[in-house]
Amino acid sequence: MSDNPMRKPAGAPLRERLVLPFTLVVLVVVWQISVSLFHLPSYLLPSPSDIGIEVAANWMILLQNTWVTTVEVLLGFAMSVALAIPIAVLVSYSKLFKQTVYPLIVGSQTIPKVALAPLMLVWFGFGLAPKVAIVVLVAFFPIVINAVVGFNGISPQMLYLASSMGATPWQSFWRFRLPNALPNLFAGLKVAAILAVIGAIVAEFVGADSGLGYLVLVSGTNFKIAEQFAAIILLSIMGTAFFWLASWTERKLLPWHVSVRSSEGR
Amino acid sequence: MQAAGSAPATSSGEKALTWFGREPEDAAIADADPPAADSFISIRNISKTFASRRDLVHALAPLDLDIAPGEFVSVIGPSGCGKSTLLMMLSGLTAATTGTVHVGGKRVQGPISDLGIVFQHDVLLEWRTALQNILLQAEIRRQDKTEALKQARHLLEMVGLSSFADCYPHELSGGMRQRVSICRALLHQPPLLLMDEPFGALDALSRDQLQVDLLRLWSDLKMTVFFITHSISEAVFLSDRVVVMSPRPGRVEAVIPIDLPRPRRLAVRETPAFVHYNHTVTEMFKSLGVLREDPA
Repeated sequence: MSDNPMRKPAGAPLRERLVLPFTLVVLVVVWQISVSLFHLPSYLLPSPSDIGIEVAANWMILLQNTWVTTVEVLLGFAMSVALAIPIAVLVSYSKLFKQTVYPLIVGSQTIPKVALAPLMLVWFGFGLAPKVAIVVLVAFFPIVINAVVGFNGISPQMLYLASSMGATPWQSFWRFRLPNALPNLFAGLKVAAILAVIGAIVAEFVGADSGLGYLVLVSGTNFKIAEQFAAIILLSIMGTAFFWLASWTERKLLPWHVSVRSSEGR
Repeated sequence: MQAAGSAPATSSGEKALTWFGREPEDAAIADADPPAADSFISIRNISKTFASRRDLVHALAPLDLDIAPGEFVSVIGPSGCGKSTLLMMLSGLTAATTGTVHVGGKRVQGPISDLGIVFQHDVLLEWRTALQNILLQAEIRRQDKTEALKQARHLLEMVGLSSFADCYPHELSGGMRQRVSICRALLHQPPLLLMDEPFGALDALSRDQLQVDLLRLWSDLKMTVFFITHSISEAVFLSDRVVVMSPRPGRVEAVIPIDLPRPRRLAVRETPAFVHYNHTVTEMFKSLGVLREDPA
């Protein structure tokens, strides 16, 4: 056994990190060449350069609408977390809650959330509120479910250990149960991050006067397909960014966890 | 299998090797007297009955046991004989169906915290380094941080893990992890260490090393150790007394004082006395039907 702790330097080799950008570049080039080669009309499939020109011309409009959707997603996501975690704690600590509220939450998932979107409009009007409400409806559930699994996933022996140390219920939660649940919690948060973006688009489809979802809808009816593509690409960038943010936070908080270690190529 | 019945007398004072006289008259001496004045742990008439779906399961027949302060006592018996249940009742984590337990003169009526526990699984917190895992004990107990840090480093050094203090559990081998968990159990210098098959999941070499490490810690810290194991030679090597238990419902079959000189080194396992103790326990398990082999 050597004296040095066996720790590998973090980060993948440069070559590995360039694989994805390179793939994307190839994809864009193939796209561009195919469009001009097969003379595809731009109202069916605009070339990347068409989309680029569109973005350059209307960057202010795109930016404004991106901002609107970002606010909806962030607010909705934050509210989902703020609601879901305390409910998960109650479900895992209180038998009454587990028998009453939890089955209702699980059962309510059979309702397609998209079908509730018009109702949210009726209840909350036309502004930011119905969009946030729909994001919460969509993002809340995976967080609750995974958090409950995480909180209940503590081994009896770990609880015995806490008890033998004379830990208070408060200490037992903060020192043992919560950190132990974090891997599950983050699994839920990552799913919710993707769903939150979808929720915001659905909300904007149903009734909005701004936002990227609204832009997709309006540019489609006006046959501004390049603008529509620009909006869709921005949406996918947004979804990726939220997911990446959740993953990044996970890596920072849980460097010890198996899922994080394996993604770093151990 | 008889259900209950009076357990053989097992008070700490007796020196005779009780397994020679397993006649009924010896078994009748059991008495439910108050805790002996000189014992640290005093178990009286304790039993455990679980309610299963069909009927009642007698996990542990009523038994008595006294353990002196600073004594190293091992309990050995087949799976399901109630050894772990006994440990859980000692620590107050499980309530006894009948009988009483006194630890340090105080009756156990709920989880007691003036002890350290080590399980078969090390139960290290994966999000804390080895050192932080050990210091958890002091954090929960709100003890002085600098003093705890000093003690933690001392313990790590005693088990040869000084250079691994800042490693996370996943960077350590099974044997190293279990050593960290023993250090954690001993950080607050408890008068009692409970160990539930702590080396059961380790390879044979790690097991030997951990036994040596444990004896070193024991002679340094002088706590009472209650040690549960499946290994006859491990029990004999470590203990002052070995408690042999019968299959379910667990009864104390015999209490064997191990009269081997201390400090014990691994070589003691090759001495005739050690072999004889091993042989004695093995023969007992054969007569109990725990071990079976074809006639020679």
